[in-house]
Amino acid sequence: MKLNKLSTAIASAIVFGATMTTANAAQWDITVTNLTHGNYFTPLLLTAHDSGTHLFQAGEAASDAITAMAECGDLSGLQAGLPDNDTIVDPATGFLAPGTMTTTTIMTSDTNTSHLSVVAMILPTNDAFIGMDSQYIPSEAGTYTYYINGYDAGTEANDELLSTDSNYSCMPGEGGFMPGAPGRDADTGGLGVSNADTNTLVHIHRGILGDAAVTGDGASDLVNTIHRWQNPVAKIVVTVTP
Amino acid sequence: MKTNKSIAIIGSLVALLGLNACSDSDDDDTDNVMNSVTEQTYRITVSNLTNGQPLTPIGVILHTPEFSAWETVEPVSTGLEMLAESGDPSQFLSESETEVIATASGATPFGPGSQQTISITIEATENLQLSLATMLANTNDAFTGITNWDISDLDVDDSKSVMPHVYDAGTEANTETATTMPGPAANGEGFNTDRTEDIDKVTIHPGVVTTDDGLTASALNESHRWLGSAAKIVITRTQ
Repeated sequence: MKLNKLSTAIASAIVFGATMTTANAAQWDITVTNLTHGNYFTPLLLTAHDSGTHLFQAGEAASDAITAMAECGDLSGLQAGLPDNDTIVDPATGFLAPGTMTTTTIMTSDTNTSHLSVVAMILPTNDAFIGMDSQYIPSEAGTYTYYINGYDAGTEANDELLSTDSNYSCMPGEGGFMPGAPGRDADTGGLGVSNADTNTLVHIHRGILGDAAVTGDGASDLVNTIHRWQNPVAKIVVTVTP
Repeated sequence: MKTNKSIAIIGSLVALLGLNACSDSDDDDTDNVMNSVTEQTYRITVSNLTNGQPLTPIGVILHTPEFSAWETVEPVSTGLEMLAESGDPSQFLSESETEVIATASGATPFGPGSQQTISITIEATENLQLSLATMLANTNDAFTGITNWDISDLDVDDSKSVMPHVYDAGTEANTETATTMPGPAANGEGFNTDRTEDIDKVTIHPGVVTTDDGLTASALNESHRWLGSAAKIVITRTQ
């Protein structure tokens, strides 16, 4: 599976390269920084589009594609609905660790391509994601900085539990466990923090509770001195070259 | 032990007061030249917006854009580590590089609901930027402030404000134990370069957990929490 995704990324990079000489509106050099102290981002998706496009909107229900991204880090549904030319998938080649950054470039394909959206799941969580929703990017040359909040997709209860099954398969929209803790700094066997989301629409994530307990004790499999965050969780800097 | 620490704190406050008396580090040669055309004066006020976090004496640097006091997800300087762990701004300010035009610091810590004001006069400078840092005293290594804030657009009597993020210096683990935090909730140790158990990068601070939220070893309670911002900075050009 991972090889397939890599091949797709390489193929799209080649296609992307071939379209660089066609008519375009601007070059956007984009840096995404993980500002959290102890949380990972799954592979990022960045896409340039017109003013009417939204991958998600706060206060509205998450689409199936956003649900898969937010619960499992799966970008395939989102990617299928977006034009290759204006979309970058997985620029960091894997997780974006706490306190790290990645840089990529979008050559916007026409003058109506004026807005940027960026998403990635935050790990370890049930359904938290970083979200830039259809941000207008000025056409004038310059460097523009945006700070990004952590959202809750509203599709999975925040039980803060990890599976003890090393082959656990994440199934979006069906509840279940957090898909993983890349920092290997969580435990298992907690009692569960929350049984259901009261707000089932996309909303500002209330953050991680965690506990100070070791395996098999306490409410959460997360650690309260490691996995909490405060907004903003990410910084996105866009340098525009018309 | 606590008595000794109190004396040390008072001693450093006296030192800070001494520093404040000549806080304008502008070149002495210009002090007698009262040429209002070539001087710019800025008044900087920081308001403590927390419920339970004294802010340590502010460290202020006026500089040109080539200088940065810190960068997110990069390691802090030793001076900023000292400020973020102990509240002492002296080394943060003395790390001045050639791009630094003037530095100044506050005299004392200032508590929730209070504010601290400093004025700095410099020779007229283009592309002027401000960096400012202050520690949240009841933490291991949280600081708030701003770096590379463009103030070149301020005309006389103009002002602007910002509510900056709270950062984690990344130089000390957030244990919240009494022996590791210098503020009045703990009266513990401040600066110690030997503590390397954190990620050594500036990130957004995750906040304090406190005993009221399940961290039994914490010297803090719920009153010491904050959310988002901890301070407001207002700068006014007065000359």
